[in-house]
Amino acid sequence: MPSISREEVAHLAHLARLDLAPDELDHLAGQLDQILGAVAQVTEVAADDIPPTSHALPLTNVFRADEPRPCLTPESVLAAAPAAEDGRFRVPQILGEEQ
Amino acid sequence: MTVTTALPSFDEAIATYEPVMGMEVHVELGTATKMFCGCSTTFGGEPNSQVCPVCLGLPGSLPVVNEIAVESAIRIGLALNCSIAEWCRFARKNYFYPDMPKNFQTSQYDEPIAFDGYMDVVADGVEYRIGIERAHMEEDTGKSLHVGGATGRIHGASHSLLDYNRSGIPLIEIVTKPIEVPAEVAPAVARAYVTELRELIRALGVSEARMELGQLRCDANVSLRLPGAAYGTRTETKNVNSLRSVERAVTYEIRRQASVLSSGGTIVQETRHWHEDTGETTSGRVKEEAEDYRYFPEPDLVPIAPSREWVDELRATLPEPPSVRRARLQEAWGFTDLEMRDVVNAGALSLVFDTVAAGATAGGAKKWWLGEVARVANERGVALEDAGISVADVARVEVLIGEGALNDKLARQVVEGVLAGEGTPDEVVAARGLAVVSDDSALGAAVDDAIAAQPDVADKIRAGNLGAVGALIGAIMKATKGQADAKRARELILERLQS
Ligand SMILES: [Zn+2]
Repeated sequence: MPSISREEVAHLAHLARLDLAPDELDHLAGQLDQILGAVAQVTEVAADDIPPTSHALPLTNVFRADEPRPCLTPESVLAAAPAAEDGRFRVPQILGEEQ
Repeated sequence: MTVTTALPSFDEAIATYEPVMGMEVHVELGTATKMFCGCSTTFGGEPNSQVCPVCLGLPGSLPVVNEIAVESAIRIGLALNCSIAEWCRFARKNYFYPDMPKNFQTSQYDEPIAFDGYMDVVADGVEYRIGIERAHMEEDTGKSLHVGGATGRIHGASHSLLDYNRSGIPLIEIVTKPIEVPAEVAPAVARAYVTELRELIRALGVSEARMELGQLRCDANVSLRLPGAAYGTRTETKNVNSLRSVERAVTYEIRRQASVLSSGGTIVQETRHWHEDTGETTSGRVKEEAEDYRYFPEPDLVPIAPSREWVDELRATLPEPPSVRRARLQEAWGFTDLEMRDVVNAGALSLVFDTVAAGATAGGAKKWWLGEVARVANERGVALEDAGISVADVARVEVLIGEGALNDKLARQVVEGVLAGEGTPDEVVAARGLAVVSDDSALGAAVDDAIAAQPDVADKIRAGNLGAVGALIGAIMKATKGQADAKRARELILERLQS
């Protein structure tokens, strides 16, 4: 029984505004299923006496003082951007949204 | 899409349906730095000049939580009578939209720092208790510019430009429980809630909460149902960024949904956008389900576990609740309920308070901020504090009136001058020559002229008819272009005619 269905992959593709062909959906569903299966192996070693955790360290309340630190320059920031315009990151047309 | 068919009136809508509202308010905290990094939050910087590897989501960067932001969140929670979580985490809200360069927003999800509280608000003289579902911490998004479309909207744009200076600024999202109040007051209660929340945030000193600057943003959820029926499908109206808009947007959405339902249609669960200019909402995106965001606990941040001592310490810093403060100020200022409501609704409470502290009378302070200043601010579409006159200026005008150097008419011209950018009140008085004429030689000549020009009036006054004095004062004011000291003019008239 696959852990991710073709329909779920199609839904994710829609959320990502990706236009996938039927054969691509089949291909990716199989690949994602393998990845999820690999991750699921962790559940086999998880015992009932081990509580779920989201962090490797048993720490709480790690805070930073509210003091400004130097930022990067716009030039260096935008130098790493695939495209820039007017000091801003330029991104392709946003699909299926209206704001 | 514009709705062109006539909507039912609000009264028609609520004759059939009951509205249920839910308000989501985002408050941008006034911290010096962002939620998870040390970038400055100063407004108006050059685009992408207040960013770093953390808020750009560059590989290998690690976020660290701003302690003041957590303190502010706890204080807001306490002020809203919430329980404070003993242990809570951040989560990643994943979505495909370029306003967060990380491709996710770091937000609290099912473990908010504050939950289950309430706030009492007054609408039309009646108090309503608004339940608070939760207050949680998250981060603001970047700013998008949509290029190539006709209207600056996404629709029709060829591409978009992103400035990430705002991305990562701490936000507190405050969510109410369903608000079920009598239908006829629902829009007023929504407005009263946001008004009261804004006062509270300001009193806490955690944000200036200026709606016109986006420091306090409101989304209004509205659904309709037949009396006694289950909740209907709700819409979420975004971009409701003034107190007046809160009321108007809720009213509009009630009318629109009533129109759809009564013609046999169904409400689509979606976000809608409020348009201040047309007073309408338009359809936005169909709302994604929570599961579409694939929330999971943020692995780069450790949990927050506020100790009881810390929470108690913060509780001790809470200001007087706004309703208590208002009652105290109303008594001190001698305002009626209506006068006080006007001041609060105009967002002028702090301005009046500060102006009184600077030496003005409460009545005088109220008169200027709600009168001349409000008129000009409204014309220019700016907040009262940005109309071009300071608290000190208004107080100075009131002091000049108190000293007899200005009368009401001249004071109005002085305020006009200050609002027009001509300088301080004293500079406007000097430049426009607006000082009250009260020295006896100049005023005396005007008095003599007035008596000579109206001998019949003078005779009446000689005969003891003091009501006739007004006619002479009117003539004197006219002759001096309103600059005469009316009180002194009256004394001089009586000196001359009653000796
Ligand atoms: Zn940063």
